[in-house]
Amino acid sequence: MSSLFQGATGDWEVVIGLEIHAQVISESKLFSGASTKFGAEPNTQVSFVCAAMPGMLPVINEECVRQAVRTGLAMGCQINLRSVFDRKNYFYADLPQGYQISQFKDPIVGEGMLTVELEDGSTKDIGIERLHLEQDAGKSMHDQHPNMTYVDLNRSGVALMEIVSKPDMRSAEEAGAYFRKIRSLVRYAGTCDGNMDQGSMRADVNVSVRRPGQELGIRTETKNVNSIRYMMMVIESETRRQVDVLEAGGTINQETRLFEVATGTTRTMRSKEEAHDYRYFPDPDLLPLEFTQELVDELAAQMPELADAKKARFIKDLHINAYNAGVLVAEKESADYFETLLSATVEKSGKAVSEVGTLVSNWVTGDLFGALKKLGLGINQSPVSIAHAAELITLQIDGTISGRIAKEVFENMLESGKSPETIVEEKGLRQVSDTGEIEAMIDQILAANADKVEEYRGGKDKLYGFFVGQVMKNTGGKANPQVVNKLLRQKLDG
Amino acid sequence: MSDLTKLTLSAARDGLHKGDFSAREITQAHLKAIDEAKILNSYIEVTSDQALEMADNADAMIKGNEAKPMTGIPIGIKDLYCTKGVHSQAASHILDGFKPEYESTVTSNLWNDGAVMLGKTNMDEFAMGSSNENSFYGPVKNPWRATNSDKDTVPGGSSGGSAAAVAADISIAATGTDTGGSIRQPASFCGLVGLKPTYGRCSRFGMIAFASSLDQAGPLTKTVRDAAIMLESMAGYDAKDSTSINIAVPNYEAALSGDVRGLKVGIPKEYRVDNMPPEIEKLWQQGIDWLKSAGAEIIDISLPHTKYALPTYYIVAPAECSSNLARYDGVKYGLRVAGDSLDNMYKNTRAQGFGDEVKRRILIGTYVLSAGYYDAYYLKAQRVRTLIAGDFKAAYEKCDVILTPTAPSAAFGLGEKVSDPLAMYLNDVFTVPASLSGLPGISVPAGLSSDGLPLGLQLIGQAFGEEQLLNAADVLETAAGFSDKPAKWWGA
Repeated sequence: MSSLFQGATGDWEVVIGLEIHAQVISESKLFSGASTKFGAEPNTQVSFVCAAMPGMLPVINEECVRQAVRTGLAMGCQINLRSVFDRKNYFYADLPQGYQISQFKDPIVGEGMLTVELEDGSTKDIGIERLHLEQDAGKSMHDQHPNMTYVDLNRSGVALMEIVSKPDMRSAEEAGAYFRKIRSLVRYAGTCDGNMDQGSMRADVNVSVRRPGQELGIRTETKNVNSIRYMMMVIESETRRQVDVLEAGGTINQETRLFEVATGTTRTMRSKEEAHDYRYFPDPDLLPLEFTQELVDELAAQMPELADAKKARFIKDLHINAYNAGVLVAEKESADYFETLLSATVEKSGKAVSEVGTLVSNWVTGDLFGALKKLGLGINQSPVSIAHAAELITLQIDGTISGRIAKEVFENMLESGKSPETIVEEKGLRQVSDTGEIEAMIDQILAANADKVEEYRGGKDKLYGFFVGQVMKNTGGKANPQVVNKLLRQKLDG
Repeated sequence: MSDLTKLTLSAARDGLHKGDFSAREITQAHLKAIDEAKILNSYIEVTSDQALEMADNADAMIKGNEAKPMTGIPIGIKDLYCTKGVHSQAASHILDGFKPEYESTVTSNLWNDGAVMLGKTNMDEFAMGSSNENSFYGPVKNPWRATNSDKDTVPGGSSGGSAAAVAADISIAATGTDTGGSIRQPASFCGLVGLKPTYGRCSRFGMIAFASSLDQAGPLTKTVRDAAIMLESMAGYDAKDSTSINIAVPNYEAALSGDVRGLKVGIPKEYRVDNMPPEIEKLWQQGIDWLKSAGAEIIDISLPHTKYALPTYYIVAPAECSSNLARYDGVKYGLRVAGDSLDNMYKNTRAQGFGDEVKRRILIGTYVLSAGYYDAYYLKAQRVRTLIAGDFKAAYEKCDVILTPTAPSAAFGLGEKVSDPLAMYLNDVFTVPASLSGLPGISVPAGLSSDGLPLGLQLIGQAFGEEQLLNAADVLETAAGFSDKPAKWWGA
């Protein structure tokens, strides 16, 4: 797929690299025992270490190390058994130590390669440069006082994984697909919750443009972009801006930029000349981080099933079509919901997974997702319980109700919260499968519409639907559609 | 009752255990002596009420037969240690009013053993200095003066307040910290024993950091035995310090056998530096002879990278300090000098809060870590540091301990070197190599200079070889028989 940008003077190629900051799921911070829980009152989750009190020392949280290794394994990257924590020195009010503990030369995770799927069904390989562990800073609040800035240190010292891609992306779409892929991997691996609105994942977006086949252009870095949509807007606006500058004969400044939501564009934050000299050096308070291959192997053996593997299994073992499988695994919660509902349905109906897989996947991706979207709810907020959903699908499987009635029952469940069996009983929605009863009704209908029967037999095939409709109407939709079909064909065609 | 302030730590321990006097009595005696010795400026803060309360607790421990060797021993604590609710400012203006909500591990260990805190001792600001003239609280005066002189001398640094306090008998012993010689050099200047243990032997948790890869806690005492007793209480693994090492703490006092027969003592030829005063050269030779007479084997060794130690130290230590001191920014605690922007608040606070020597080292450290200079300075220094450590490793294939002078001179006059930082830095020439190598070193008083000021000899041991080191130091101490005390010119 060509992703070249058409400028006024010809085609341009966009080169994109991402640095994704993903907050590690852990009870406590990277180097202190303070809690990492989101949403607490300001400065209530701050230890002496997080506040950089004199004489305080960092001690590594081993769970954060395991999480970084798990993430590296999920991304198929090289795991480095020895890595080093460095200090990145700069002054800011929300950086109590005056430096951030990060990893510079020797990160915990090295190179790897991810394959992402694009909308047109093609795939693209995107290289990963590294993943390193680092501390988050605190939060400066400039809107609390007319001429003072308040600082909340709850985030100070929280563990982040910085995942650095190679400059392998060539369009906003590819960058979006790559980000979604990383988000899915960390969520499946249980190493980051991926909640972008809470700042758990954000990206620094590096963009440059060049004529196809030429040397890399000068890049800009747009900091702290906290949604995939914004990231794609950054890439598009930065591409346009850079092409405009270059086509007007100008040059691109290597600089750090900020995204402004209001305008959907970026603006200069600081130029190369104003860039910090971080004076990285190994943190003398911490020994090099060393662990054994056995630990890596153990974590690898305990890794949960990731999205790609799950999708493949859904297709192969459950006979679900690729589209549905893709939709289900896109979010871990959807896949989890689906699998829970599937086992409940198997148990309730007594059927094999391969027999009910398609029906359950259709119901989840169609009926349930449609209803949740209308209600503006997430999968974990579904008003219908797994037990009721399994019951509803089982009623369909055992022929008690038709698919069409099932939709009606589901609507009713959403409103009343009643069990599907209760609704079917109360409303008398049980499907009529009695051949004699249906046959008698068909005879009646054919007799009453003899003219239409003639027309049909004369070649007006479309009238078939009319007869089906009449039968359904007379049974209030409860007639078993298969039985109706079979009998009608016999009577009309036979 | 004899003067309780004259006692060594071991004698005080024995007297307390026997019930000859109480912890309250010995503490009161010291508080009175402190009051009379204010002119030395060795204490920044005296914690009288707390001292008496701790003394009463110690007396209860002794009565309950729970006494440990440090129980009831009144000591001074260098202001670099964080002590809960008590002045802990590293003798800096920038930490004005700072009283921590926590206790350093080393002082916790001492208090758990029943030791009594007399107060916080003066020091060079953030432990940067070799004369204790860099304190926001003013210089410390050495109790020692040259014969027939009324000129003040420096006590050495950075643990100058601790050293002066012990030398003046206003504390039985004191904690110091040693980054490049800050325990050993003041011990030498004040006629005391000063021990810098192996890096990782004592926890750095709660010790205000100067140069993290070098800082180490240790005791300043009147005798080697006292140092052995006090180190045992201070030392130990601490999970809160990732660089502390999990090796059991032995009974150091039990290692003092008085027997060094067969001990191989290395004499490094590179320590015969240019312009070394003949009397130091002579003292060193005397030390060699003393140990030889005691049955030790003297071995000539070479530590070829010694001459690079001082420049290496003055790159590594400032580099770490420039980063460690970044947290003193006026935002969270201590001094804040207002400014019309965040940057100007930083500038005003740090300009007023830090003294000249601290600023000098922050500038040097920032420079050596800067882009374009890192490889030439910091990285090169780290490589040389590895070579220096390698020298010792090779030397210890041939010998067990190494004997050198502690400092290239006796205590110099107050104000004599303040305007010449490089001359000041040369004070550390013999102590810095062991610091860079993480090795233990001890200064033992061995004699007097021609004008009557104390001189020390240094023994350098192997990593975690404190038992052997203390035993050799004990023999050296006995042979030297140093028993001089400063003539008392201060007080009532």
